[in-house]
Amino acid sequence: MATIKFTKEHEWISVEGDIATIGITAHAAEQLGDVVFVEVPEVGRTVTAGEACAVVESVKAASDVFAPISGEVVEANGELAGRPAAVNEAAEGEGWFFKLKLSNASELDELMDRAAYDQFVKDNA
Amino acid sequence: MAEPNAVTPQAPKRTPLYDLHVAAGAKMVAFAGYEMPVQYPMGVLKEHLWTREKAGLFDVAHMGICFLQGPDHATTAQALEALVPADIAALAPGQQRYSQLLADDGGILDDLMVTRSPGPVEDGNLVLVVNAACKEADYAHIRARLPDAIKLFVADQRALLALQGPAAAAVLARHIPGIDELAFMSGTFAPLLGQTVFVTRSGYTGEDGYEIAVPDASAAAIWQLLVGESEVAPIGLGARDSLRLEAGLCLYGHDIDTTTSPIEANLQWSIQKRRRAEGGFPGAARIQRELARGPSRKRVGIKPEGRAPAREGTEILAADGEPIGTVTSGGFGPSVNGPVAMGYVTAGQAAPGTKVQLVVRGKPMPAEVVALPFVAHRYFRKSQS
Repeated sequence: MATIKFTKEHEWISVEGDIATIGITAHAAEQLGDVVFVEVPEVGRTVTAGEACAVVESVKAASDVFAPISGEVVEANGELAGRPAAVNEAAEGEGWFFKLKLSNASELDELMDRAAYDQFVKDNA
Repeated sequence: MAEPNAVTPQAPKRTPLYDLHVAAGAKMVAFAGYEMPVQYPMGVLKEHLWTREKAGLFDVAHMGICFLQGPDHATTAQALEALVPADIAALAPGQQRYSQLLADDGGILDDLMVTRSPGPVEDGNLVLVVNAACKEADYAHIRARLPDAIKLFVADQRALLALQGPAAAAVLARHIPGIDELAFMSGTFAPLLGQTVFVTRSGYTGEDGYEIAVPDASAAAIWQLLVGESEVAPIGLGARDSLRLEAGLCLYGHDIDTTTSPIEANLQWSIQKRRRAEGGFPGAARIQRELARGPSRKRVGIKPEGRAPAREGTEILAADGEPIGTVTSGGFGPSVNGPVAMGYVTAGQAAPGTKVQLVVRGKPMPAEVVALPFVAHRYFRKSQS
C-alpha cells in the first residue's frame, strides 16, 4: 500500500516500494489558480532533497517544485506539457509531476502525514 | 513548491465595493495601497475569456479622479498642456484623450485619461483619471504647477467602475438609454439609479466598454445592478492585467516609468501634430529629438515560441546572444492561448519579425519581436453613413 507524505512547500509524495510519485497538493493548486505551464525534470537526473527540479506556472506567477527526498528521476509526466490544467483538475492524481527512485528512504520520516499537513495549512492560512 | 511572493499590506484602504467582493468569494490582495479583488471564484483564465466574450465588471475605484477647473476651456487646456504632451486645447466638449504627465527630462511620471467637460455649464473643467499608486504625487505635482486661475479638486467621494466587453453597450443601454451611441473616447453625464454618473466610452482591455464614475454611496447599488445582468461577471485585477497585456497597453511602474520617454514607449500616437511641432511640454527637446531621429530603444511586443511564460525582468538577447533589453510585462495570454510579453529592446532589434532570445530560468528560449496588440482592439466605431 502506498504511503503518502507532504512537505511544507506543498508537495505530496506517494511511495510504493522504492518508487515515489511527486506532485503539488490540491491546496497549492487552488492557491496558484489556473496552471498554464509545467516543466518536469529529465529522466535520469539525480536530485537531492530540497532541490528545485520542476516548475509550475499559473496565470499569476511561476513557482519551483522541490524534490521532497533524494533520488533518481525515473519517469516524468509528459502529459502536463500539453494539458497543464490537469494540475488544477486532479493535483493529487493525474496531475502528478515526476517519479523518483528513492536513494534514502529515511528522509521520508522528516515529512508530514495528511493530518499534520492539513493542520499546517490551517495554521498558515 | 514555493509560494508566490505575497505583498505585505500596510493598513490598506478599501473601496466602497469591498464587502461585495468578499461576499462574492473574491481573493483580496494589497494593490497600490488598497485591498483589491485579484480574482473571483471563476478564476483569472475564465474571467479573462468571459470579458472578451461577454462583459466584465471591474472595481477600479482605487484610481484617482480629479478635476481641473478654470474660467474657460482654452485657459484650463493651456495649463494642462504645460504638463502633458497631448493636444488638450483641440478637445471637443466631452472628448477624451490618453496622455502622460511628464518630468522635465521627458520621463513619464504617470499616464492618465483627460476628458473635456461635456456641457457648457462646466466648460473650463477637465476630468483627469490617474493611477492609484501615483495619485497623491500627481495631485501635488499638478497643483504646484497650475496658474492661480486654475484649481484642482480631488473627487474622492467618487468610485470608478469599468464595464468592458462586447456585451457592455447592450447591458448599459438597458439602464442608460442611448449610451450605446456614445462615441469611443468621449464622456457624458447620465442618470443611473437616480444618481448622476459620468460615463466615458473607454477602458483598458482592448474591448468596447465604459468607465463609470459614480458617487461612493451609490457604488454598491450600481455594481449590483450591473453584475445582476446575465452577460456580466465581476472580474479581478488578475484578468485586468492579462487583458491589457494582450491589448498591448502599458502598465505604469512596469512598462513605463520615470526612466522611459513616451517615444521609447511607442506612445507617439498620443502626441498630436501641433504639440510635436510646438513643444511646450516637459522634456519637449528630448521628445522632439527622439521623434526626428528615433529613440535608442523601443517598447515592443515579444512572442515566446514555446509555452513557457517570460515574466517581468526577463533578459532579452539578440539572436547572437548580445543583451538587448528586458521584459517589462509578461505572462500567459488566455485569448492568445500562449505566452505573451512586452519589453524594451535596442532600436536596431525592434522591427517585427526580429528573432530574439529570452533568458528563462537561466536558459535562452527562442522568441520573436511582434507588432502589438496581441489581440485586435475592438473599440466602438460609429458606422460611417
